Amino acid sequence: MSPAKKPPPSQELIKGIWRENPVLVQLLGLCPALAVTNSVANSIAMSGAVLFVLLGSSLLVSSIKRIVPTDVRISTYILIIATFVTIADMILEASVPAVHKELGAFVALIVVNCIILGRQEAFASKNSVGRSLLDAVGMSIGFTLTMVLMGTVREVLGNGTFLGYSVLGPNYEPWVIMILPPGGFLTLGVILLVFSWVKRRSAARDKVASSIGGPAVQEAA
Amino acid sequence: MTAPAPPADVPARPSASAQRLIATLGGFGALAGLLIVSVFVVTQPTIRANKAAALAAAISEVLAAPDRYDTLYVTADALTRELPSGANAETAEAVYLGWRGEAPVGFAVVANGSGFQDNIRLIFGYDVSSAQLLGMLVLESKETPGLGDKIYKDAEFVAQFSQVHAPLVGVKEGQGNGLPTELVMITGATISSRAVIKAINATLERVGPLLAAYDVQEPRP
Repeated sequence: MSPAKKPPPSQELIKGIWRENPVLVQLLGLCPALAVTNSVANSIAMSGAVLFVLLGSSLLVSSIKRIVPTDVRISTYILIIATFVTIADMILEASVPAVHKELGAFVALIVVNCIILGRQEAFASKNSVGRSLLDAVGMSIGFTLTMVLMGTVREVLGNGTFLGYSVLGPNYEPWVIMILPPGGFLTLGVILLVFSWVKRRSAARDKVASSIGGPAVQEAA
Repeated sequence: MTAPAPPADVPARPSASAQRLIATLGGFGALAGLLIVSVFVVTQPTIRANKAAALAAAISEVLAAPDRYDTLYVTADALTRELPSGANAETAEAVYLGWRGEAPVGFAVVANGSGFQDNIRLIFGYDVSSAQLLGMLVLESKETPGLGDKIYKDAEFVAQFSQVHAPLVGVKEGQGNGLPTELVMITGATISSRAVIKAINATLERVGPLLAAYDVQEPRP
């Protein structure tokens, strides 16, 4: 049996944005998605750190996949991921100390973020460096979009601001619950609901189109 | 029973020898250590400078912009300019004596207390001769957004610390007797307000006698 044909490289990049979005479809990385999305700035900083760690880890894991024995691959991946997380932590502390203070322990917790280890085990360890980097960028973009969307909803409703700038005026009474943990669950739940609804609608429309177009095409032929 | 076959796209690899497993993990461990130490060496001066700048800014705020300040280390029975033997300059407890011209402004003292969520770290200015606080700034806090975080976001609450006398007494709004030691707590954040008051009182009880006994006219080195 010949091996399955691989999709074009561009698909590796765009699949993480919608079809295989790490948070909305794979439901991975929910800890930072719930914990640090109480402001847009925190969401962007966390997404930047995840992009750095995912890119670095995917580059290294895909490069060394043939020399790492299977028995110690998970330990090796964790070691690589932890190294990039420690580096990201130090760079954040040196360059943006205020944001680093806000993110607290959640930067260090990227080590156990399922998106990172999941992509190494499921993709980077089985694919070329180029494809792995495209996959890492695509997954990071999907993660970033979700984080920024959640951060925007929570900061605007919970604080009346966007990136610290007032958007709802001085008379707006903030929904404080939106920047508290329940607000994270509520926002994620609503986004997942809407995302699922849009996907189902799109699938149903495709099904109808194919059932209508099929016989017509046959008749014309 | 036979072992499950590996997926088609993963080349089957025989189990590696113990030496190879150790060499792989050891090699990646050494590489990780080298990378982390290299980034540490590069970022550490900036991180230290950021912390020093943040401390200087905090001292300046709680002592109303002194011209300069001296660092005095806290020992069991006195304040000393010299770092106690065996102590680390970064972790040794210190207070800061501010100067405007040749006149002492007051001491800036760091205090810690248990808040509603986690430890609260703050710095306050204190004038020994009048037993009056000169200002307060929260350095670290994880108090509830929208509620407990008012201990540093509520300007009215913070402003009270620049005129109140020690030992502080927290009172609920509208229930005070107009005493100079009274401080109106934040409605809805009573535990956090009380934690700040307790932290300052406990610190003054411990280091207050040392501050009072320190000879500010002691010749400067």
